[in-house]
Amino acid sequence: MFKNLKQHIFRSPYQSLAAVLVISFSLFLISVFFLLGAGSEEILRYFESRPQLIAYLKDEAKPQEIELLKAKIESTGKAKKIDYVSKEDALKTYRHLFKDKPLLLEMVTAKILPASLEISPTNLSGIKEMADILKKEFIVEDIDFEEDVISTLSRFITNLRLVGIIVAGILLLISVLTVLVIIGMKISQRKEEIEILKLLGASSWYVYLPLYFEGIIFGWLAAGISWGLTYGLILYTTPFLVNFFSGIPIFPVSVFSMMEVLGGLFGLGTIVGFLGSFLAVIRFSRSVR
Amino acid sequence: MIVFTNVTKKFGKITALEDVSFNIDKGEFVFLTGPSGAGKTTVIKLILGEYLPSSGEITVGEEKVNKISRKKLYLWRRKLGVVFQDYKLFLDKTVTENVALPLQIQGISAAEIRERVEKTLQLVGLAERAYLFPAQLAGGELQRTSLARAMVGGPEVLLADEPTGNLDPDTASEIMKLLKEINDKGTTVLMATHNEEIVNGCKERVIELSKGKVVRDEKEGRYRRKCSKT
Repeated sequence: MFKNLKQHIFRSPYQSLAAVLVISFSLFLISVFFLLGAGSEEILRYFESRPQLIAYLKDEAKPQEIELLKAKIESTGKAKKIDYVSKEDALKTYRHLFKDKPLLLEMVTAKILPASLEISPTNLSGIKEMADILKKEFIVEDIDFEEDVISTLSRFITNLRLVGIIVAGILLLISVLTVLVIIGMKISQRKEEIEILKLLGASSWYVYLPLYFEGIIFGWLAAGISWGLTYGLILYTTPFLVNFFSGIPIFPVSVFSMMEVLGGLFGLGTIVGFLGSFLAVIRFSRSVR
Repeated sequence: MIVFTNVTKKFGKITALEDVSFNIDKGEFVFLTGPSGAGKTTVIKLILGEYLPSSGEITVGEEKVNKISRKKLYLWRRKLGVVFQDYKLFLDKTVTENVALPLQIQGISAAEIRERVEKTLQLVGLAERAYLFPAQLAGGELQRTSLARAMVGGPEVLLADEPTGNLDPDTASEIMKLLKEINDKGTTVLMATHNEEIVNGCKERVIELSKGKVVRDEKEGRYRRKCSKT
């Protein structure tokens, strides 16, 4: 059967090539969308893992008042973690951030930096409520929260996912139709052979299994090509992206993640190839007894 | 063996066969004659299960052919041998590969295939042509290859649709000799033809069709031509 399969694929090489290229292009775009989505999720997780709400405290705030405020925020049930950052801790962080700029370090002492409460919410919707409570507290000088960044990113991911699903759906449909048309053409070219085989007593499996495999092989080849292109693109852009996303640990993309992408592409390729050839066979087999 | 009971086959408004009934015994050699369009090929295609009758019943052995489901049709066809006027050989396969095909389809072991193919090719006189491709063979050799492919599985019934239609008289008589040999070994042979010489030379049963109806069924029949008065 496999000897015949090879023969059938190479009997009309340009048709086979067209099918492989169309599926490759589709799978490549799908994997790019997938990686964009996965990368954005990672970025969102990174932002979510950082304290998104900071309450800067007045210098006169007493430790008991600070503890009371912490307890009040905790009682809302919306805070995952609350850290007290003293003036000294703030200075340490400041020194670490500006270690390369001695001029800036000279001018700053712990006295001029405010103590603060850094709050990580359990979910984004809790930020606003906690911010409102903090604003009313007399020991709070000012508050700073990244609600806008995170909600914008979150909206971006939702939209990206939606667009990704629509684009992937259209591309997969195009791929299935391409395989259907090309396998259909191959069936038409081999119509007489198939009819002879059937008259000689060949079962449907004997006749059609090579066609199913042909479609699946198109899918596998396309999965390999699109994965290679995707990986190549990632490796090429990694040096630039590492700088762009400095501090956010998404680059370099791990080999394990890329193996998962390869597995997914092979799965999609198999489904596309099989479905296309299956529909082509169904269409043809209705006309032959 | 082959029983047609009031079989009618219509293609839309065209009636290909109308109320056809006949009974062919096991081991018989029967000519199916009649002009083009009389319904000879339709009879063969009905036996093969390519067509379903519009009405009536077809029984071959114990099997009611018109009741065989589409999914099990292939098992039925394995019991039959078929020879076509245009040979229907695979051009990219050698004589051996073409003859081996029905056995490969059935999943028979390579050793048994080799043995049965060699024996069959010797029987039809093609042992020396075993590794040639159809394009390298003459018409008679092509039809002998087709015949070898039809008989390699040891069918109970051999259906031949105009097997001598494309051959010169000498080659046609060689093919007829082979068909007779196959029949002498117990295989029922139903041969559609409008070759007068062959029918008259064999003195076998003749079922004549005209416009889809059986118009004659004679034990030792002859080919009957419509005479035109001038």
